[in-house]
Amino acid sequence: MLYIKCPWCGWRDESEFGYGGEAHIKRPEDPDALSDAEWADYLFMRTNPRGSHRERWVHTAGCRRWFNAIRDTQTYEFKAFYKMGEEPPGGEQ
Amino acid sequence: MSQPHRLQTGGRIDRDRPLRFTFNGRTLQGYAGDTLASALLANGEHLVGRSFKLHRPRGIMGAGAECPNSIVQVGSGNATLPNLRATQTELYDGMEVRSVNCWPSVKFDLSAVNQLFAPLMPAGFYYKTFMWPKSFWHNIYEPRIRKAAGFGKAPDGPDPDRYDKHNAHCDLLVVGAGPAGLAAALEAGRRGARVILCDEQNELGGSLLASRAFLDGEPAMSWVDRVVGELAAMDEVTLLPRTTAFGHYHHGFVSLLERVTDHLGPTSPDERPRQRQWRVRARQVVLATGAIERPLVFSNNDRPGIMPASAVSTYINRYSVTPGTRAVVFTNNDSAYQTALDLADHGVEVAALIDVRPEIEGVLADRVRKEEIDVLPGMAVVDTTGGQRVSGVRVMRLNTRGDSVYGEGRTIECDLVATSGGWNPVIHLHSHPGGGMCYDHDIASFVPDQPVANTLNAGACSGNFSLDGCITEGFSAGATAAAASGFGSDDIEGEAPATARVREAPMRPLWRVPTRRTVTRSPKQFVDVQNDQTSADIFLAAREGYASIEHIKRYTAMGFGTDQGKLGNINGAGIAAEALGEDIAAIGTTTFRPAYTPVTIGALAGRDFGPERFHAVRKTAMHVWHEQQGALFENVGDWKRPWYYPQAGETMRQSLDREVRATRQSLGVLDASTLGKIDVRGPDAAEFLNRVYTNGWKKLEVGRCRYGIMLGEDGMVMDDGVSARLAEDHYHMTTTTGGAARVLAWLEEWLQTEWPELRVYLTSTTDQWAAISLAGPNSRKVVEQICEGIDFSGEAFPFMTWRAGKAAGIPARVFRISFSGELGFEINVPANYGQHVWDAVWEAGQPYGITPYGTETMHILRAEKGFIIAGQDTDGSVNPMDLGMHGLLSKYKDYLGRRSLSRSDAVREDREQFVGLVTVDDPAEIIPEGAQLTDDPNANQAPKPVPLAGYVTSSYYSATLGHSIALAMVKRGRERMDEIVHAPQADGRVIKCRITSPVFYDPKGERQNV
Ligand SMILES: [Zn+2]
Repeated sequence: MLYIKCPWCGWRDESEFGYGGEAHIKRPEDPDALSDAEWADYLFMRTNPRGSHRERWVHTAGCRRWFNAIRDTQTYEFKAFYKMGEEPPGGEQ
Repeated sequence: MSQPHRLQTGGRIDRDRPLRFTFNGRTLQGYAGDTLASALLANGEHLVGRSFKLHRPRGIMGAGAECPNSIVQVGSGNATLPNLRATQTELYDGMEVRSVNCWPSVKFDLSAVNQLFAPLMPAGFYYKTFMWPKSFWHNIYEPRIRKAAGFGKAPDGPDPDRYDKHNAHCDLLVVGAGPAGLAAALEAGRRGARVILCDEQNELGGSLLASRAFLDGEPAMSWVDRVVGELAAMDEVTLLPRTTAFGHYHHGFVSLLERVTDHLGPTSPDERPRQRQWRVRARQVVLATGAIERPLVFSNNDRPGIMPASAVSTYINRYSVTPGTRAVVFTNNDSAYQTALDLADHGVEVAALIDVRPEIEGVLADRVRKEEIDVLPGMAVVDTTGGQRVSGVRVMRLNTRGDSVYGEGRTIECDLVATSGGWNPVIHLHSHPGGGMCYDHDIASFVPDQPVANTLNAGACSGNFSLDGCITEGFSAGATAAAASGFGSDDIEGEAPATARVREAPMRPLWRVPTRRTVTRSPKQFVDVQNDQTSADIFLAAREGYASIEHIKRYTAMGFGTDQGKLGNINGAGIAAEALGEDIAAIGTTTFRPAYTPVTIGALAGRDFGPERFHAVRKTAMHVWHEQQGALFENVGDWKRPWYYPQAGETMRQSLDREVRATRQSLGVLDASTLGKIDVRGPDAAEFLNRVYTNGWKKLEVGRCRYGIMLGEDGMVMDDGVSARLAEDHYHMTTTTGGAARVLAWLEEWLQTEWPELRVYLTSTTDQWAAISLAGPNSRKVVEQICEGIDFSGEAFPFMTWRAGKAAGIPARVFRISFSGELGFEINVPANYGQHVWDAVWEAGQPYGITPYGTETMHILRAEKGFIIAGQDTDGSVNPMDLGMHGLLSKYKDYLGRRSLSRSDAVREDREQFVGLVTVDDPAEIIPEGAQLTDDPNANQAPKPVPLAGYVTSSYYSATLGHSIALAMVKRGRERMDEIVHAPQADGRVIKCRITSPVFYDPKGERQNV
């Protein structure tokens, strides 16, 4: 049971949240300009790193807001929580 | 009632409070403070059960959580508890105890003949022998094995007890109230930190409860009493004895099981719950979980009377019970010397102390020799004799490499063998959240390598076995954890009590005593005694190519029992290292997982059980009316929806036929309140709908409705529904009943994460509206009669529009939409007025024979029209072209999923397409839903796999048409009109089907447009 800090509500149990997969995957501006392979890459391919992972969470049973987090996939330690639209702390990775 | 093995004085039992209990029908006596195990031993009862596979006699082995053998059934009736560990079961007056896993009795067990066939049942036997044929497994092997090998028996009826759950937060959770845990709690508690201290035993003190050590010149328990007294007086400290931390999860979340009244009787005697699950979120966790002594492994080491040395000491010192009259101590380290002294000091003859180390020196050895105990260095127990109790050991000389035994050999008679192979830190809770471990050569066991975040390991569980070391580490951990929570500094403030430090000689690691012949040809050396798993099994696994300890565990079933191999697993790793010719440090251990000890399902469920409490039930405003009409209900999502309304004497088919005909011919009414409703509002609402629906929404005029489908980004149909434009910036969206929450979450996700610039607000209004759907040629007459302020003429109120007005005096939105193909109106009113308006509709409909119908008739009506139900006719692999919905795909805008519709797989020509089916031979036969379709009429006989042509998604009898109809996905289906496909059935029949349009009735849609 992870302990997660919603940027709007504060620390809550994981059971209040939903997981949204890798963060910062932008929907292509012009999907028609993409090849099938490029579109499939946007649709299906995710990085799955061992270590620092930027990911999305949603406070489903709370304020229903989406936000981002950086979590170590090995230790499950959260390094940061930040709102949608904000730059990830530590800059681009 | 005598307790022949009870000492006259000493121990932590209350001789003034005798307790009676029965064991296999015999009445025995123990004392308050006893465990069931100590009370049995006081009465000389070692033999408590039979082993799992071989039905060998098994006795009480350990004294706590580690005991693999003392599994008993306690209590009777619905309060009976199977598989309790006698070593952790506190005795109460009147306790009824039975042995498990033996028939007809523990002393005479017919299945013990399994032992004679033991060579036939090696490791992997289950896998290899029972692979084929499958039916044999279900019908013959499994039932027999279950009968012969099952442990306790679960009660048949409901549990008479109550259970509870409790959520708690604290600065510091200390697990284990031995010397380290008490010191940690004291240090943090004195600083004002909020501390929870839990321990699985009935009293706090841990190993000190059975220790003869001195602290500050007094017996150790005096120090414990002082510390516990001080802690109990602290406002912010919670002491939880009888509480096991069974699971350690991430970020300081620990699950505890508090046995609130287990020690008072078979059920809770008062209003308290029997057990309580604590869900603790701690800023810092200190694990002070101690260590478990591991036995030495030798042939026939499973006989009753063979116990870890520390368990022997515990029974003597804590429970004042002597587990034998003539003992042999067998060890590879110094700690068992204390057991020899405990035995000798309490009048038990120690026939010999056998030590595998060739040279023995030190304070403890000197004291043992002073007691004139025969110390045999460089020797090992190679075998034992006995039946239902050990009667002697066979001793030989061990060579210096520790890989063979030699010499004359000698037999020593005894009825108790106390063994010690060293100590294993209890690293289970450290390991649960992923904490790593490494091999420590000094103690020949595994210790935590780095603590888990915000967690500290203190005392024996970190590999520090000395008493003064444990206490110092405890104070240090308490200081560090308190400081991390904002209470003081890392410097220890408390003062550790003075203790004599005994210098111990190094141990000599020995994972098993060598055998004279090969291990597989020697008498069994048990590693995991609960599962009858032996060192020979491990050698067999290695020979068959298993190299990972995780695979060896699964092949041999090592550690699979209710004790999870607490005694045997590290020995097993050492033996696996020998068998594989590798170092134990490289072999490692298997993964430790929750629960540390078994947890009752009741405690996990708490009060969340039963049909009312476990799952939310949603009922519409008209639910009671449906019940009164005799409706049967169907679960759709969390909703209870009327399924159909049987009348007296009707079959289901007759009810459905009646409901369908009434609706087609005159008037039917459906409670449509459960349909998902989302209020979409804001200046960019039209743009938003344009992006999430496949068709265009900007030009939809206020007052009109439109059908839309939503796709996932993969292009597959996700949900559908009709949405209405209420105002320029305001839409009323509907979704499927089951999809409402998912669609709302999907829309919110896109708005928040991808399109934050859109000014759109979403509100779920499903519960706020009651929806009454009228269908049939007479529906207009009813709405005209009960509504005000709406012109219902076809010109003023055309199909797919909505109007605001009043229904039965209540402000209402009336939608002219149809899911049946008939003229239809859906009246939406605030839910609190739902029944009132329903009553008005019901009364006004009487002249037209108004007939309520449920979901089943709704399904038939829509299937006759070829309307899909998302989730029934689609399954996440169906795109809109497959459904023939090309007309709904806008060419003038982008929308979610659009790009995926031109992917090569989406435009493949042999995709399955949505079609209708009718049966050929028997027009009334209903094809089972889910039936597979083949082109080959003899598919049942054809070589497998048979190429599939498609599958049936919906299937009904249509009273309207007088024959059955089905909807199906068929490869190239639209090109195959009037062709034949076959639906082979499990019973050998083949149903012949003709492919048709999915629209069976009124293909031009004239009936809904009148
Ligand atoms: Zn929140």
